[in-house]
Amino acid sequence: MKKIFSHPKSLRKVPTHYCPGCGHGIVHRLVAEVVDELKIREKTIAIAPVGCAVVAYDYWDFDCCEAAHGRGLAVATAIKRCRPENIVFTYQGDGDLAAIGTNETIHAANRGENITAIFINNAVYGMTGGQMAPTTLVNQKTATTPLGREPSYHGWPLKISEMLSLLKGVFYVERTALYSPNQILNAKRAIKEAFLNQIKGKGFSLVEVLSPCPTYWGITPFEALNWIKETMVKEFPLGRIK
Amino acid sequence: MKDKEEILISGNEAIGEGAIQAGCFFYAGYPITPQNELTAYMAKRMPEEKRIFIQAESEISAINMVLGASAAGFRAMTSSSSPGISLKQEGISYLAGCELPAVIVNIMRAGPGLGNIFPAQSDYFQATKGGGHGDYHLIVLAPSSIQEAFDFMFLAFDLADRYRNPAMILGDGMLGQMMEPLVVHRQKFIGQSKKLQIKPWALTGCKNREPNIIRSLYLDQRKMEESNLLLQKKYKKIKEREMRWEELFLEDAKIILVAYGTMARIVKGVIRRLRQEKKEKVGLIRPISLWPFPEKVFQRLTKKNKRLAFLVLEMSYGQMLEDVKLAVEGKAKVEFFGRAAGGIPTEKEIIGKIKDLI
Repeated sequence: MKKIFSHPKSLRKVPTHYCPGCGHGIVHRLVAEVVDELKIREKTIAIAPVGCAVVAYDYWDFDCCEAAHGRGLAVATAIKRCRPENIVFTYQGDGDLAAIGTNETIHAANRGENITAIFINNAVYGMTGGQMAPTTLVNQKTATTPLGREPSYHGWPLKISEMLSLLKGVFYVERTALYSPNQILNAKRAIKEAFLNQIKGKGFSLVEVLSPCPTYWGITPFEALNWIKETMVKEFPLGRIK
Repeated sequence: MKDKEEILISGNEAIGEGAIQAGCFFYAGYPITPQNELTAYMAKRMPEEKRIFIQAESEISAINMVLGASAAGFRAMTSSSSPGISLKQEGISYLAGCELPAVIVNIMRAGPGLGNIFPAQSDYFQATKGGGHGDYHLIVLAPSSIQEAFDFMFLAFDLADRYRNPAMILGDGMLGQMMEPLVVHRQKFIGQSKKLQIKPWALTGCKNREPNIIRSLYLDQRKMEESNLLLQKKYKKIKEREMRWEELFLEDAKIILVAYGTMARIVKGVIRRLRQEKKEKVGLIRPISLWPFPEKVFQRLTKKNKRLAFLVLEMSYGQMLEDVKLAVEGKAKVEFFGRAAGGIPTEKEIIGKIKDLI
């Protein structure tokens, strides 16, 4: 009998700490499957974020480095420059990559660093209790926008992927979502492409993943998937941006 | 180039060449005066040596790049001046917490705030008491000449690797900008350094071993406390082994001047004049390691002679003064004279102050 589905070698067999319906576990697994399929586990170095996925190194079974909040792509830049033969990626949330770390993000991308960024956009700060993120939608209620995000007061949702696509150093940007099995497989395809780009030395690649946070959206896991499909994608359209 | 030669060079450039000779593989920096010659020197020399130079988008990014390069197992450094060093404190705290070696050069200028570009020693507290968040220490070395600025780069990288701890070179705008003859020695430290550069903990990819993880985070309280206690144990060991200082005329000195870096150079002139012209029994303690502070020499002196007076001289309003007082433990008189904000005391001013003491 042919084995067609098994636990990825790059994913430790431990329970995660994530809330029911959270997208992090799915994306951790997609990354692990891609690393296995490309046979790069023994040369992969991950940069773990600050946020809900702060202990990503407890789940992935390859070399990992902690980075301060927002500094992942600066840390990744140096590791890749020092060890160009290794595969280096960051895994960052919206607050990490598009608020506190915007400067590091833009400049690593603009230098065309040959690294891969996995960008989890769930439109809130999860770890700290559901505050407004740069990607929080207009009218979305959060701990720090109790009456909903009001653009004239809080600004507009930040489209960092579209911004990055304007930079010459950026090779590949795609936005994906986790609201259905098909979309999850599509996200995996994009993540694989982003790693392949690095293997081929193409330059900076980023995959944005619209990911559910039912806990801080205040809805059920099932409703959260629908909210991505019906509401979030209107602000953050899916597909290849560059 | 020859193995040993004498050249005329600025402090900033000597630090750069020292770092290169000491095996620094990665440099990231951001422009700020009065240390710009160092960044420019590295921009030219690092590619010549097939090593990596990056002009970062900020000091914050630069220190985090250093963290990445160090995590990857390479000797890495950054340099800046006071306001830029303030920005680097987050990354320095992470380096300490992750137990990563690195060298940080601070060519101090006047503060607080933007201050100006004149030399000062006002970042002593920041350098020696932690600087960033958490219970940690940097190893802090204070060169007093261009030769020392060069030599201490070898020492700083070695100490950083030996203890897996960030080390800082604390100079000032005067030391960075002035030129002096320098004996460039190559290969002298390379042998002993090589062993220190074998780093089984480094991130290289997990081929034929379990994955390595570089972290300062422990969500479990007990593990967090354990990791802090290990750091404290390490700092204790560093205090026992790595106190460094220069002493002059301590055998007969009644008044002991305490100064480091640029200030110590001026004080040496004062001592020469007072001893030769006035036959005054003055001596010098020049701390070389500011952390660990060389308290041993103060304890040795106060133990046998209770009637000593110490005069602490700084280009600040009294920062190292606190460490001297702690080391003396109230057993001798401790006076202070300092100017800061770019004001450099003259020998005459200092002699006036000493006369008041006598």
